[in-house]
Amino acid sequence: MADWPKLEISRRGVLTGTTVTAVAAVTPALAEIPASSPTAAVATMPVTFNVNGARQQLSLDPRTTLLDALREHLHLTGTKKGCDHGQCGACTVLVGGKRINSCLSLAMMHEGDEITTIEGLGTPDKLHPMQAAFVKHDGYQCGYCTPGQICSAVAVLDEIERGIPSHVQEDLTAKPHATNLEMRERMSGNICRCGAYSNIAEAMAEVAGARA
Amino acid sequence: MKAFTYERAKDPVAAAQAVAGRRGARFIAGGTNLLDLMKIEVETPAHLVDVQDLDFDKIEETPEGGLRIGALVSNTDLAADGRVRRDYAVLSRAILAGASGQLRNKASTAGNLLQRTRCPYFYDTNMACNKRQPGSGCAAIGGYSRQLGVIGVSKSCIATFPGDMAVALRVLDAVVETVDASGKTRSIPIADFHRLWGDRPEQDTVLAPGELITAVTLPRPLGGRHFYEKVRDRASYAFALVSVAAVIQPDGTGRVAFGGVAPKPWRVEAADALLPQGAEAVIRRAFEGATPTKDNAFKLPLATRALAFVITQART
Repeated sequence: MADWPKLEISRRGVLTGTTVTAVAAVTPALAEIPASSPTAAVATMPVTFNVNGARQQLSLDPRTTLLDALREHLHLTGTKKGCDHGQCGACTVLVGGKRINSCLSLAMMHEGDEITTIEGLGTPDKLHPMQAAFVKHDGYQCGYCTPGQICSAVAVLDEIERGIPSHVQEDLTAKPHATNLEMRERMSGNICRCGAYSNIAEAMAEVAGARA
Repeated sequence: MKAFTYERAKDPVAAAQAVAGRRGARFIAGGTNLLDLMKIEVETPAHLVDVQDLDFDKIEETPEGGLRIGALVSNTDLAADGRVRRDYAVLSRAILAGASGQLRNKASTAGNLLQRTRCPYFYDTNMACNKRQPGSGCAAIGGYSRQLGVIGVSKSCIATFPGDMAVALRVLDAVVETVDASGKTRSIPIADFHRLWGDRPEQDTVLAPGELITAVTLPRPLGGRHFYEKVRDRASYAFALVSVAAVIQPDGTGRVAFGGVAPKPWRVEAADALLPQGAEAVIRRAFEGATPTKDNAFKLPLATRALAFVITQART
């Protein structure tokens, strides 16, 4: 058993256990490939970034995603883990004012960055206009995707204001407007299983209208 | 996720050396595709060299009248650049047809070129896949192949290159600029950048280990009207079943490349010449020797109709 930590354990490996052990014994180099060896402990690395205006210093396993750093280490559990593969948008946060999937980014890659989560947009006493509009228009049902939807919605209106084009724009060189079609296209990276989409679009339209 | 070590590179040659000199080392830029694959252990790098601090984040005009796009320019910034929207609209259109706003904010120009196939058997570590595990076989051949390739595929692999941006770059005849661990640079025409799978489907591109993309260069603008017609299962945020990138001149001549059909953006110059004759003539020539399966044979008529739609628009 003492040799086990050096072997890659796969279903195939277990089935042909004796063969694998024999091969490993004569070719020790095979067992030294770091990527295929189970690792006992991982050296942590330091990283410092700002979250919602507060400086945070962490020492993390390099595998830690920005999402897990926020939720598990900083206990900012407003940001949600949905698919953990960048498909659902529940983990959307703002980095340097731009929305990203925090599940598809390593915490280490954010040294010095300014990160805003749903907790940094507004508080229960002082809601961000987009949060207030989601409440008013019933832009959610179970609420699990909501923090990601709101972070994304805030960024979408900013992207439209900055003239970032979209797939549904007829004239690519024209300035985009916050139409229903534009918002639906731009929000396609945020999935809502409850299907609150039409109310989310109404909440966004109200905030966009108030700005214009 | 397998354990790995991490470093942030400060200059391109040092980055190339850090990857070339270490088994299992990989570059990471946006990370949107690599981290996704690392989580399911399709990718298992032992060391990551983060290149985000390198000075490759600008879009500059070249003396030849084209544009030099830094490898780290985000997909959002590239699609939004005024010069690209005006002179290379097919490129903006292709980028905006792909992924989501969140992903485009993080994904880099070089990383987009290096994204891996979305073949479901490549993602499923329980299945044989020559691309993921060389020599293990191909479960896609004889499996469910609706999304997979119809041309340029091999007996080892029938996966497609999944991207949109590169299809537009192929129409524009872009050039990929690289540097290696010895500091040597090279320019690779986009036509030669992605490989046909042959019997080595594990290798997606012609890049050598540790060779780092520094920029993508666009030649002078082509003029004409620019189109990117993408057909997919959802109206937004889905990979192409078939896509058509085209630049059509007022006299009906032009260039066309197809996405979602082959291991690389698919363009046959001899088929370009048939554009004035209409979509069927182009498709017959461009897809000569195609080997569709019964699941994906629909891609040929779909490509014909998508191109016919583009040609009709170009005439109005």
